[in-house]
Order: sequence, then C-alpha cells, then structure tokens
Amino acid sequence: MKIWYLWVALVVFSIISLFVGVKDISPLDLFHLTPEQQQVLWVSRLPRLVSIIIAGVSMSIIGLIMQQLTRNKFVSPTTAGTMDSARFGILVAMMLFSNATTLEKILVAFLFALLGTFIFMRILDKVKFKDTIFIPLVGLMFGNIVSSITTFFAYKNDLIQNMSAWLQGDFSTVLKGRYEMLYVSIPLLIIAYLFANRFTIAGMGEEFAVNLGLNYKAVVNIGLVLVAAVSAVVILTVGTIPFLGLVVPNIVTMYQGDYLKKNLAHTALLGAVFVLFCDILGRIIIYPYEISIGLTVGVIGSAIFIFLLLRRKAYAS
Amino acid sequence: MIEVNNVTKLYNGKTVLDDVSVRIGKGKITSFIGANGAGKSTLLSLISRLIKKDGGDILIEGESVDKCKSSDLAKKISILKQSNHINVRLTIRELVSFGRFPYSQGKLKPEDWEYVDEAIRYMELEEMQHQYLDQLSGGQQQRAFIAMVIAQDTEYVLLDEPLNNLDMKHSVQIMKVLRRMVDELGKTVIIVIHDINFASVYSDDIVALKNGRVVKEGPAAEIIDSPVLKQVYGMDIQIETINDHRICIYFA
Repeated sequence: MKIWYLWVALVVFSIISLFVGVKDISPLDLFHLTPEQQQVLWVSRLPRLVSIIIAGVSMSIIGLIMQQLTRNKFVSPTTAGTMDSARFGILVAMMLFSNATTLEKILVAFLFALLGTFIFMRILDKVKFKDTIFIPLVGLMFGNIVSSITTFFAYKNDLIQNMSAWLQGDFSTVLKGRYEMLYVSIPLLIIAYLFANRFTIAGMGEEFAVNLGLNYKAVVNIGLVLVAAVSAVVILTVGTIPFLGLVVPNIVTMYQGDYLKKNLAHTALLGAVFVLFCDILGRIIIYPYEISIGLTVGVIGSAIFIFLLLRRKAYAS
Repeated sequence: MIEVNNVTKLYNGKTVLDDVSVRIGKGKITSFIGANGAGKSTLLSLISRLIKKDGGDILIEGESVDKCKSSDLAKKISILKQSNHINVRLTIRELVSFGRFPYSQGKLKPEDWEYVDEAIRYMELEEMQHQYLDQLSGGQQQRAFIAMVIAQDTEYVLLDEPLNNLDMKHSVQIMKVLRRMVDELGKTVIIVIHDINFASVYSDDIVALKNGRVVKEGPAAEIIDSPVLKQVYGMDIQIETINDHRICIYFA
C-alpha cells in the first residue's frame, strides 16, 4: 500500500468528520459561518477531529511497539492487561483523592498501567509454553482479574457509573478544554520514533540484542513506560478503544514486515484513518444519535481480529 | 587472543563448567566439541558475555570481559546462537544493517551501508537481499545471519551450532564460508559443533570438553585421535585418513 493513499484517506475523512453532525455545517458555509456554527466547529468538531487522530495514532503505535517487544502479534494494551490496570488506577485515584484532577488520575493510572504491564511481562518470562495464541489469552485472563477487582471496589464505593465512562471509548464528550491532555502523547510518540531501531533489535531477542551491545532491559523498560503512559492518557481523555492497537499494526506488518522505523508512519496514518472511519460510521448509522467509538471499533476490530487469527497459519509461513 | 582462566559456572547449584582454562589463538577456527551437556555452549556464551560466570576470568586481548562496556565489546566480538525460529519479518538487507548498530546506534552513515553491501556481496545474497527472512531456506537464513556478523566487523566471531538443521550441501557451504572468513578476512572464528568430521576437516584447533571440564585442547590432528576421542565420547572411534583429512568412523 502506498503511503499517499493513506494521506488522501486521512484528509478526506477529516473533512467529512468536520461536517457530519446534528448541527448542519456545510463546507460551502465555511467562509460565512454564523456565530453558532463557528462555536460548534471550534468547541466540538475540531477538538473531536484532533482527538480522534491523536488517539488513533497513539494507540496503534504503542500496539506495534508492544508486539515487537513481546515478539507476539497478538499482544496489545487490550490483550495484556494494560488497559484494565489503567482503569484500576483511575478507580484508586478517585478513592484516594475525592476530587481527583485529571492530572492526578493520569499519574495514578499510568503507574498502575505500568505495574500491570510489568506483571504481564513477568508472567511472559515464566511461561514455558510460548504459543502465539496462549500468551494473549493469559493477558486477557490477567486483565479480567484486574477488571473484576476494579468492579468490586467500584461497587463498594458507588463508583460504577463513573467507571463505565472509562470503559467505552467515546468521542462525543470531547469538547474544547476537556481533551488537551491528549497532546501529552505527542512527545511520547517522538521518543518512540527515536527508539524505533532499538525496539526492533530488542524484538529479535535478548541474546541478539546483547550481541549488538544494546542494553536490552533498559530498552524494553522504556518501551513499556511509553506504552503505559500513552494508554493512561488515552483512556482518561477518550476511554478504551479496544483492538485498535492490535488490528492496525497487524495489517501494516502483514504487508510491510517488522522493520519498525519503516512501519511507524504507516501504522500512525492507518490508525488515524481507521478510527476516523469508525467514528464517522458511528455518527451516521443511527443519525441523529450516535454509537460510541468503543462499540464500532470493537465490532469491526474484533471481526478483523478473528480474520487475522484464522489466517495466522498462512501469515506465519 | 582469548584467554579463559579457571572459569566456573553453576546453574541452580549444579556445576556446568568446572575450573575451565582455554587459550584461543587469533586468525584460526577453533571448534568446541563434546557430548551433550559437556558445557560447550555455556562456554561460548560466557566468552561473549551473554551470561555471567560464577568464577574465574576471561580476557580478550588482555582485557577482562567484565571490565569492558557491552557496547564496546560489540565491536570486538560477535555471537550467533542457534536461531531456528525466527518469526520476525525482516528483509536480509534490514537484518544485515543491524550489524552496524554498534557503530551507528541505528543511524547508518554511507560508510556503514558500504559495509552492509560488502557483507551481502561476500555471502552471495545480493539477488535475494530484499526478500524476507521467513521466505528463505535454513541455509539462506544462516548465511543472512553470518552476513550480519560480517557487517558487524568484529575480530572474533562465535557461532553456536551453525550447522543445526542444515542439510549436507548447506553445511559444507557454511563451513567453507567460515574458512574463507579466517583465510581472507583474517577473522578468528570459534564454533560449537556436533559433527566431529566437520570439526576435523575445517578447524585449526579443537577444544574437547566433557562434564564441564576440558579433556584436551590443541591442533585438530592431535585431538582427532582414537584414545582422546574415547576419553571424550566414551566410545571407540576408528580414524581413517582420506585425502589428507582425518575422518572418524563411528557409525557401527
């Protein structure tokens, strides 16, 4: 796939995204907007577009990094307990500080996401039977355990309603002043780009990395910190977008191979395009109401995931 | 020269290498032979700092391995382990370019790419350099990994069972390449090898190990000798000279 197809798709979907919604704004009105239209555009449509793009890009790239570091195509923040741990972190933040600010929540969520991912990596080290499918299953089980602990404490503290907001990704609540924390993930992605070659080498295994004089443990840890930080930021601003970090990198590596540096741009663009597409779909299917992004990406993403699983044999050989 | 002095290694309290001392000369192929569990691979991993030793000292050109920075060692010594399950989709060229990592930290300069091209040419992989590793046969994969090590341009090249899973034709091809690396490029090659006849025909020196101890080390002709091999493998091995090569007959 040529990279400019993705650029064209990104631009086209971005324009569509700006002009789809309950309040009628047509591209023709652009130069003589009423004050109300202007407000809708600046306060809702544009922030929504920006957050879709950043979230799509970030989640896809950290998925790619995770798959590289664990040497497993089916590991992603959704299938390694990272997301569930981050949610547990948010709950803990809400219980500890009764009026937790977003920053406090992000910090605690980040620490929990990091801890959860480390535990997953430890389990990965200990597991003798390293089947490609077995590993993400362990991750899903681990995530579900964390998740049920979260639910238990949320019930006890009457926070279930609050928690479900973080469960389903939703861009309709993105408004000016409420999504800017997402920008934090941009510098994190730049770091990811700078470390791309090191991640690829680490993905070849510890012995391979040590032979080339790479500090293997440090590189893996940097990767996990990036993954946890981005997950925490995305989950707190737009919520969980399941399967995104799994489906997008898999499609890219299928036609591009595993050379991370070469894949980052494709993964980033495809991630943004995919989320934009799902978001637009969710907004028009039951217009004027909308389906949350967690659901559309979840349905389309899990369908692609099953497809990937089924053609795993062809892909592996 | 590599000097291994009184090295000991334990795994879970069990001694795998016991007070091993070996000298490995420059510009030669040295083979480590011995039965399974003799400690050959462990010794190779210790020399290349992949694992930590529990006692003794290893000197590369007079410098202790422990005192060297890992990133500096990567320019002196390289190691290839048995890599029979590569599930990473990289092209040959991408893989070989990683050999320049110790010099470039991932940002390859034009001269780094010259090394890469040279290594690919040396291993006769030019035509398939843009193919993915998972599309190649075992022998081609092994050549691609050796090309990477050549690009890494280290004085010492260590290989752990480089002939594993290769057929006769590819085994001979790999051994000839290793011989050429020593004769033409002046490298020092150290291999762990199971096929004793490959060791006999292609190596200059042999180190024979048994139960974590060195039985004997020396020029290949001295080790490929019935009484020595009896001690190493615990079986009678008849030795015939064919075309100036000492060949072991141990099949019946």
